[in-house]
Amino acid sequence: MEKTLYTVTVYSENQVGLLNQVTIVFTRRQVNIESLTVSRSAIPGVHKFTITANTDRETIRKIVLQIEKRIDVLKAYYYTDDQIIFQEIALYKVPTLSLMSSNEIETLVRKYNARILEVTKDYTVIEQAGHKAEIDAMFDALNKNKILQFVRSGRVAITRSTVERLSNFLEEMEARRKEVFNGNN
Amino acid sequence: MEKKKITGAEALLFAFKEEKVDTIFGYPGGAIIPVFDALYTHKEKLALNHILTRHEQGAAHAAQGYARVSGKVGVVIVTSGPAAANIVTGVADAMLDSTPLVVVTGQTSVDALGSDAFQETDVLGITQAITKWSYQIRRAEDISWAVARAFYIAREGRPGPVVLDLSKDAQNQLIEFSYEKCRYIRSYQPEPELNPDKIARAAQLINQAKKPFAVVGQGVLLGRAEQELFNFLNKADIPAASSLLGLDVMPVDYRLNMGMVGMHGNVAPNKKTNECDVLIAIGMRFSDRVTGKLSEYAPQAKVIHFDIDPSEINKNVQVEVGVLGNVKKSLPAVTELLDKADHKEWIESFEEHKLCEYREVVSKDLYPNNGILTMAEVVKCLSDNTGENTIVVTDVGQNQITAARYFSAYNTRKIVTSGGLGTMGFGLPAGVGAALGSPESKVFVISGDGGIQMTIQELGTIMEYKIPVKVIILNNNYLGMVRQWQELFYEERYSSTSIQNPDFIALAAAYGIKGRKVEQRKDLAEAVREMIAADSAYVLEVMVEKKGIVYPMVPAGKCITEIMLKS
Repeated sequence: MEKTLYTVTVYSENQVGLLNQVTIVFTRRQVNIESLTVSRSAIPGVHKFTITANTDRETIRKIVLQIEKRIDVLKAYYYTDDQIIFQEIALYKVPTLSLMSSNEIETLVRKYNARILEVTKDYTVIEQAGHKAEIDAMFDALNKNKILQFVRSGRVAITRSTVERLSNFLEEMEARRKEVFNGNN
Repeated sequence: MEKKKITGAEALLFAFKEEKVDTIFGYPGGAIIPVFDALYTHKEKLALNHILTRHEQGAAHAAQGYARVSGKVGVVIVTSGPAAANIVTGVADAMLDSTPLVVVTGQTSVDALGSDAFQETDVLGITQAITKWSYQIRRAEDISWAVARAFYIAREGRPGPVVLDLSKDAQNQLIEFSYEKCRYIRSYQPEPELNPDKIARAAQLINQAKKPFAVVGQGVLLGRAEQELFNFLNKADIPAASSLLGLDVMPVDYRLNMGMVGMHGNVAPNKKTNECDVLIAIGMRFSDRVTGKLSEYAPQAKVIHFDIDPSEINKNVQVEVGVLGNVKKSLPAVTELLDKADHKEWIESFEEHKLCEYREVVSKDLYPNNGILTMAEVVKCLSDNTGENTIVVTDVGQNQITAARYFSAYNTRKIVTSGGLGTMGFGLPAGVGAALGSPESKVFVISGDGGIQMTIQELGTIMEYKIPVKVIILNNNYLGMVRQWQELFYEERYSSTSIQNPDFIALAAAYGIKGRKVEQRKDLAEAVREMIAADSAYVLEVMVEKKGIVYPMVPAGKCITEIMLKS
C-alpha cells in the first residue's frame, strides 16, 4: 500500500511511562517514528504527543486505535499534511568568517525567514522555522560554507479547528462521570 | 480524633478487602515481606485465603483459572526481580485471553530504583506491552487509589491483567487508610455507547441474508450474554459455531450449534464460513487460528462484528458493520429489529460435512481398530461419566484440542484453556485456581506428558491445600503437537520431540496424591470412574497412541476450506 507521512496527535493524562506505551504500538507494527514531540496542550493537565511516521492509511488507523486503547490515553487522531498547520525548527552553527565574505547571508535570512540568535568571532547561530523542505533547502545553501553544527526539531502541529479537538471528547466523558456518580449505584 | 495510622502493606490488604478479595495466589520474597507480614496479622480478620504456589508462574496461572471460572478478578502477590519475571507468562496469557488479574509485584525502595539494586527489574518496562495497565506505587498514600483503579480496569470493559509494582518503602510508610471504589476514569470508556445506525444496518443485513452464519467467542461469556445470544440466533434462525474460548457458550446439543471453527475446528463451520452470505462475529477477535489465510477468509461474505473493543474492528478482517458495545446490550438491540426467519435448508446443508467428519475423523478417533488407546477415547470417557458442574482445564497442544473436540462443554460444563498465548504448563496451576474459584464443581486437568512437566511442582500446592483436582496425563512420550507438525510438514524429522518421562504415578505418590496408570482399553472406563469418585486429588496417567494426529487440521497459512481430514 502507498505510504504517506502521517501526523499523529495523542492526548493523554500526565502519567509516568506513557511515552513507552505509545511507542511500543509503533514498534510492534514495524513503523519507524520519524519525529516525536511532547508538550502540554491548551487543556490544563492534558499532554500532547505529536508523532510523524511514514506508513499506509490502514496501518496508521490501527495504530491510532491501539494507542487509544491504553488506559491513560484520552484520544488519538491522525492527519495528513493538508489537514494541519505544522512547523519544525532548525538551528545552524556556521563560521562567522564565512558569512562576512559575501552578502549571501542576508539573502538567505530574508528568503527563509530565519534569524540570528548569537554572533561570536568564531561562529554564528541561525534559527529557522519552517517545513522540512524549507529547512533542507536552507541547509544545502548554508552548507556550501560548511555548517559546524545542525539540529532540527520534531514536528509540531495544530488542526484547523478552533479549539482542541479533544474538547468534545472531554465533554462527553464529563457527562459520563455525572451519570456514574448521580446514578443509583 | 486522629485516625489510626497503618502501614502501606496493611493498606494493600484492606484495599483488597474493599474489593471483596477472598483468595490470593502468591509467593513471598525480600521486596514483598512487609505485605506478607501484614497478611500474618490480618489474614483471619480479613478472611484472606493465601495460596502459596510452588513457583510464581503457577500463582499467575492459578489466578487465571480462578478468574475464568468465578468471573472475579484473580489476585497475585509476588516479590520483585525474578518473581516479577516469572509472572510474565501468566500476565501475557491473561492479556491475550482477556482475563481479569491484579498482580502486585514487590519493588526495590524508591531511592534505589534504577541503580540495578538486588532483585530489581524494570517491571513497568517489561509489563507495559502485556497488560491493560501497569503502575508503579512509590508512596503509601497512593495505594488505595491505585488498587481501586486496578480492579476497575481489570474488570470493566474488555477485561485484562493489571500489574501494580509496589516499592518496599511504600509498604512500610504509615498512612491513614481510606478507600473509595473507582467508578470512572476520564481517559477510559469501558463500554462504547451503542450506535443506533450500526444496530439498524446490522439488522438489515441479517434480515436480507439467505445464508447467515455466526461465530461466537468468549465475549459472550464475559458479557454474560448467553441468553441474549440464544434469543438472537433463535429469532433469525442462524446457525452458529464457536471459537476455542467460546466453546462453553452454547450447549453441544443446541439445535443451531454447528461446532467449533478454526485450525482444529469442525469441517462444517469452517467450510460454511466461506459459503455464508453474512458472517456475524460475536465477541471474538478473528485470531489467525480462526481465520487461516486472511485474504481467503470469507471473501464472499458481508461481515458484521460485535465487539466491546474498538481496536478489534477492522483489525484483521474488514467488516461491513462494526457493532461496538457490550453484547449484553447490542445483541438484544439488534434482535429486536430482526424478522423471524427460517433457514432450514441452509442449516441442513451443514449435515453432510458433519457426517463426513464423523466418518473420516471422529469414528477413527473414538473407535480405533487396534489395541492402542487414543486421546479422544479418554476425553470422551470423561465427558460421558461426568454431569453438570464439571470444569475441564486443559494444557496446550494435542491434549487441548482433543479436550475441546470431545468434552461436551456448555455453560455449567466449562472448558478453561490457554487460547491466545498457547502456554504449555498452563493446565495444572490453572486447575488449582479453577478448583478454588468454583468449589461446587469437579475440576479435571487434561494435560500432556510435556506440558504437565512445565509446572509439575504445583502438585505440591495441591498436596498442601488438599485441592481436589483430578489430573489426567495423556502420555504419548512425545511433544505431540510439534511432532504432528514435524510429521506433516517437516518430512518426519522429529527434532527434540520425543521425551523421556518420569514415573508420574510414583511422583504423585511422593506428593501423597493417589494415582493410577492405564495402558489398556479394558481398564479405562473403570479407572476414569475411580478418579471421578475420589474425593481428593488424583493423577490418572493414560498411555495413548504415540504418533496420533489431531484432525481435522487447517495447515498454518492455508485457507480454511483446505481442511485436512487425513494425511
